[in-house]
Amino acid sequence: MSERPGSQPTAGAAQRPPKRQTRPLALVNARLVDPAGNRDETGGVLVEDGVIRDLGPQVTRTGLPEGAEVIDCGGDVLCPGLIDMRVQLREPGEEHQETIETGSLAAAAGGVTSMVTLPNTDPIIDDVAGVEFIARRARETKRTKIYCYGALTRSLEGKDLVEMGLLSQSGALGFTDALHAVADAQVMRRALNYARSFGVLVIQHPEEPRLAAGGAMNNGELATRLGLPGIPACAEVMMIERDLHLVRMSGARYHAAHISTAASVEAIRKAKQEGLHVTCDTAPPYFSLNENEIGDYRTFAKLSPPLRGEPDRRAVAAAVAEGVIDCIASDHAPYDVESKRVPFAQAAAGIIGLETLLPISLGLYHNRSLSLGNLLKCLTSRPAEILGLPQGRLQRGAPADMTLIDLDRPHRIDVGAFHSKSKNSPYDGRPVQGVVRRTFVDGRQVFEAA
Amino acid sequence: MSEPARKPAAFFSHRHLLGIEGLSAEEITRLLDLSQSYAEQPKDDQRARSLLRGRTVMNLFFENSTRTRTSFELAAKRLGADVINMSVGTSSIKKGETLLDTAMTLNAMRPDVMIVRHPESGAVNLLSQKVDGAVINAGDGRHEHPTQALLDALTIRRRKGKLAGLLVAICGDVLHSRVARSNIHLLTKIGARVRVIAPTTLLPAQIDRMGVEVFTDMRKGLKDVDIVMMLRLQQERMQGAYVPSIREYFHFYGLDYDKLGAAKPDALIMHPGPMNRGVEIDSEVADDINRSVIREQVEMGVAVRMACLDALTRNLTGTNQ
Repeated sequence: MSERPGSQPTAGAAQRPPKRQTRPLALVNARLVDPAGNRDETGGVLVEDGVIRDLGPQVTRTGLPEGAEVIDCGGDVLCPGLIDMRVQLREPGEEHQETIETGSLAAAAGGVTSMVTLPNTDPIIDDVAGVEFIARRARETKRTKIYCYGALTRSLEGKDLVEMGLLSQSGALGFTDALHAVADAQVMRRALNYARSFGVLVIQHPEEPRLAAGGAMNNGELATRLGLPGIPACAEVMMIERDLHLVRMSGARYHAAHISTAASVEAIRKAKQEGLHVTCDTAPPYFSLNENEIGDYRTFAKLSPPLRGEPDRRAVAAAVAEGVIDCIASDHAPYDVESKRVPFAQAAAGIIGLETLLPISLGLYHNRSLSLGNLLKCLTSRPAEILGLPQGRLQRGAPADMTLIDLDRPHRIDVGAFHSKSKNSPYDGRPVQGVVRRTFVDGRQVFEAA
Repeated sequence: MSEPARKPAAFFSHRHLLGIEGLSAEEITRLLDLSQSYAEQPKDDQRARSLLRGRTVMNLFFENSTRTRTSFELAAKRLGADVINMSVGTSSIKKGETLLDTAMTLNAMRPDVMIVRHPESGAVNLLSQKVDGAVINAGDGRHEHPTQALLDALTIRRRKGKLAGLLVAICGDVLHSRVARSNIHLLTKIGARVRVIAPTTLLPAQIDRMGVEVFTDMRKGLKDVDIVMMLRLQQERMQGAYVPSIREYFHFYGLDYDKLGAAKPDALIMHPGPMNRGVEIDSEVADDINRSVIREQVEMGVAVRMACLDALTRNLTGTNQ
């Protein structure tokens, strides 16, 4: 259904089936939820050599291959492992904030089995060596699958294009200037045109940069009261609408990241109706929090794009439920204490999200905004389709990337217990429902809840 | 006035004075009454002289200021406190020390009151969470400048005998002004009617939600007002085009006798200083001894700051011996 890139990524060594695993694994007595296959039934999954061999009600304790390891899921939800299409892991360059190692621990604990990192590291990932570095570190870490996007322009400067063809062949899953929008319409036009030649995905941080310049939070009454410079909500849709004209000219595949306003949702909806190759994601804060979270200058509530007003929050939640927003990504942005314990306008924008992605997203299911299948689709099969990955579905022959979830268990988010190196989360202490019990990558268990 | 066992929150229920927004009308009135008593007493009053004896008051200014810092310094000295002035803008910040490092270092010297000015909104709130003494916000970014609003209110009250029911126009660069925000909070809480008058580029978003009427035509906005509060055009905070030229700004938004004619005949003219003569206010108007109370504002500033220091130190534990 979605456009696939011309060539499948070849690096990303995490995709190689693990060689050492020989003992079959059977997960039985689970509620199998697979959005891609429209499956929601009680049954089991049989894994051999890192691949799903069989699944369904017929997979039980009886009739398993000899020597199979059996895990009784106790009726909990077994779904494809989550695919997080937007994270920052700070390696290389800022390893004091997060590393590929700690980031993959956080991912595994959050039920995320595949993630894609942004290129805004130091050095910036804008050449083949950078892409190969990430692939090698992911291979060495041996936990979750880690892919990367390449920069869209060299050094993220918004001027010269990177070697999209070569980077794509090396395994880059798409191209983006990370936290910057490409401001120059001519550069963006060429980038989209060139990307079209290789069928690669272009991802935009949609924000008109001059309109947002100097802004610290959403423009409005609260910004006025706090005396903080505001970013008008329309800065987002302005950039999306500009890009949509260029997408129409080029026919490229375009993905708008972290949609946060009602107007953006409408623009994307229209573009999809028109048949453009346009997709988008949002992050949990944009449907679970609004600008009031800032309260008395809480820098943990400073994000980019900023938290918006309540009508925008509601519109984003509705657009996820409706499917106008394709995916939910964590937009994981680790920052150390020093980056956040400063006056609000000086503070870094962003929050960690790998370990809150699932419980906060499940809030939409628990408050009956949408079905479990449709919610999990935003976290599994839909990002897989957009990224051109074979995982994200429970089916015979697919990689055995799976997450076991105790759907209803209530708990309070405890940031102190997070695996991420940074602790910048506004969700600490928030009551949520749903816990990751186990995470499997290629049939290997990479996380088990205590 | 120096019993150590005095109960906290007896007079003023806040540990810090960070803004007007968190105060009740009653608390504001109480502070104004106390300020009035300081305004009336001779400046060498001996009882006042001993009130803060043994207390340390630290002026911590991350932004250049002469008048506000001097006013606080004088107020603290008139109450007998030891005063230390720190201009941090020129020292440790340049060496890479963070705001909170600076705060905690100075806190270790155990000041009873820290008076803080900072160019970033919210910075004084942040600092107040990390220190043991009381903190007075002497202006943070565009956010609040509570003692300025109190001294403005005291000046008005002395001249007009009341605040409630008066019509006050706040004119000019509201967008960048912490004085405007604190004054809007104070005046609306106390029952005055407030108008803001400015070109739309100098008005923050949804300012009407703060309970003010908005005017872009100065003559219409000044009609029948009791008080004209002018704001300084903060050219140093302006990156980009807010007004096309000083000439055009003065033509439409500078206070001159012609525009002032729309206000009540006995309307008072105020300005928080420092003034840009010929930009937001005509020189003659500013110096008009019958209308302008700008110098009186400065005088009331000391009384108000004495009252704030008095009120906050009543909540501190420990003796002042």
